[in-house]
Amino acid sequence: MDELLREYLPILIFLVIATGIAVLMVVASYLVAKQRPDSEKLSAYECGFEAFDDARSRFDVRFYLVAILFIIFDLEVAFLFPWAVAFGDIGVFGFCSMVIFLAVLTVGFIYEWRKGALEWE
Amino acid sequence: MAEFFDIYVVPTAWIVGGVLLIVVPVLLSVAYLTLAERKVIGWMQLRKGPNVVGPFGLLQPIADGLKLFFKETIIPSGANRVIFLLAPVVTFVLSLVAWAVIPFGAGIVLADVNVGILYLFAISSLGVYGIIMAGWASNSKYAFLGALRSAAQMVSYEVSIGFVIITVLLAVGSLNLSKIVLAQAGGMHHWFGFSMLMPMFAVFFISALAETNRAPFDLPEAEAELVSGYNVEYSAMTFAMFFLGEYANMILMSGMTAILFLGGWLPPLEFAPFTWVPGPVWFALKIAFVLFVFLWVRATFPRYRYDQLMRLGWKVFLPLSLLWVVLTAGWLLAFDMVPPAGGL
Amino acid sequence: MIIQALAFYVFAFVAVAAGVMVIASRNPVHSVLFLILAFFNSAALFVLLGAEFLAMILVVVYVGAVAVLFLFVVMMLDINFAALRQGFLQYLPIGALIGIVLLAELVFVFASWTFSPDVAAVIAAPTPAAAQVSNTHALGRLIYTHYVYLFQAAGLILLVAMVGAIVLTLRHREGVRRQSIARQVARRREDSIEVVKVPSGSGI
Repeated sequence: MDELLREYLPILIFLVIATGIAVLMVVASYLVAKQRPDSEKLSAYECGFEAFDDARSRFDVRFYLVAILFIIFDLEVAFLFPWAVAFGDIGVFGFCSMVIFLAVLTVGFIYEWRKGALEWE
Repeated sequence: MAEFFDIYVVPTAWIVGGVLLIVVPVLLSVAYLTLAERKVIGWMQLRKGPNVVGPFGLLQPIADGLKLFFKETIIPSGANRVIFLLAPVVTFVLSLVAWAVIPFGAGIVLADVNVGILYLFAISSLGVYGIIMAGWASNSKYAFLGALRSAAQMVSYEVSIGFVIITVLLAVGSLNLSKIVLAQAGGMHHWFGFSMLMPMFAVFFISALAETNRAPFDLPEAEAELVSGYNVEYSAMTFAMFFLGEYANMILMSGMTAILFLGGWLPPLEFAPFTWVPGPVWFALKIAFVLFVFLWVRATFPRYRYDQLMRLGWKVFLPLSLLWVVLTAGWLLAFDMVPPAGGL
Repeated sequence: MIIQALAFYVFAFVAVAAGVMVIASRNPVHSVLFLILAFFNSAALFVLLGAEFLAMILVVVYVGAVAVLFLFVVMMLDINFAALRQGFLQYLPIGALIGIVLLAELVFVFASWTFSPDVAAVIAAPTPAAAQVSNTHALGRLIYTHYVYLFQAAGLILLVAMVGAIVLTLRHREGVRRQSIARQVARRREDSIEVVKVPSGSGI
């Protein structure tokens, strides 16, 4: 147990150091460089026009669909990790059980393909 | 007191030293990767590339860095200040933290965790945050559109990367990165990139291009339409952070390619002159080679259209890599080549 | 050992504090970011327990995928949150009622919770010690063989989720030109161009 945690301590320290470097770089640059903001400089870039309206707007529902499909496939991948590691132990039965699992999800994949959920325009 | 010193201070000092020994070379490589990119593309287009600052332009990255450092940090008035400043820090930190588990040679690794490849997969799936946060916090249309495109793109290719990693794991039986490398010992013909996983090698490399938003998949920053995408509103060090993070990610992806498919630190042939060269040198050479291919691709291919990009990710790579997972498993099972569970 | 205890308290405290901030912060985007912080600290707590696989999967699935969707929805849905807060007092009684009911249920569950006396016999496949077998491996041994029905049920649930997402969100826009690569490749010269001899002075 302790052995396991000892391997993770460097990651924690790495995280702290990397964040430190990042913050230090931004703050140092902010302090050293001359800051002379004015309202034109601080306005959002829109090819020289005044910004027409707020940039945050609704967008195509397809992006949500992509995100949802991604979650589902990500879960599928998550199930595959222990399977790949323990493959030597679980043998033919494990293989068949995974093939059935993937076949079920392939049905869903074919459905979304046929429905045109993967098409972009 | 002396005991406290021995138990806590000394090991911590070693770890901090190790971290710096990784961070400094990575940042230097990033700086010189930008120079290498301009030089390589210059030569491919019969130009010279930067050649004024220092001999052969060698001081160019330093000059660029200094210039960015002394620029004004602009925070747009419509922006959400906290998230606007957090986004580049997130990108930068994530691209560095992943290096903690990379094995540079036999036993040369800072954190030899059991789930190394899963850790890398987790970190690379977080890369999308810096971009979404930047795009939203800027409150600018170009940044917003660029971030949206980029997020959907990274997410789509993440899935095939996951399946490709699984095919490699099937042939290794462990999530530990050192074990993945050692499973490829015995010369070039044992590397996974030259075995039946070769198509997955190609899928992984192309997905890595998409994952790092590189040409020909650099739609998020398509200069002509989106004036460089999610980071339009950034300046000075905040911009530099995105830049550094993006290039550090490129090097990381090359490192992952080398570990998964090109035998990591192992020499290509296991006899005299090749085995004299130390492992980290081989690893660096392999990374440099993959990076060169990154640049070569950028100089060669035109940009993909968005629908083509999504089609490639979801309709070609995803089914192909899924099929390959089943094929690899079946193959290993049929020929009784399944590695012992838990690695060698 | 002290470091371990210290780390536990830091992560646990940050996780709880982030959880409070999720419901307390005004800006919903900040809420989601605090949620992500809470996820990270929970992952760190998993690591402290030795469950490294679960920790990484928590980050991959919840932070890398689910929270991205949350962030998408919250950032891009263009809801006027000031207007949303207007009805806060109006809905407060109903919300409080639901909260109290849930709390009561939780109290009942915990009050009547006992360990079955033959619990040792029920655990059919005890996990080996973490030092011998990594927990990814230990999970892999069980999920696909011992718990195969639950595993297939998980597959079916994912299928339902996939179909449901498509049914709910997919709508086709009319008049959009799509690329059909098969048609492009199958195109022959004969059906697309025609060479015509035009006598001079008289068009086609």
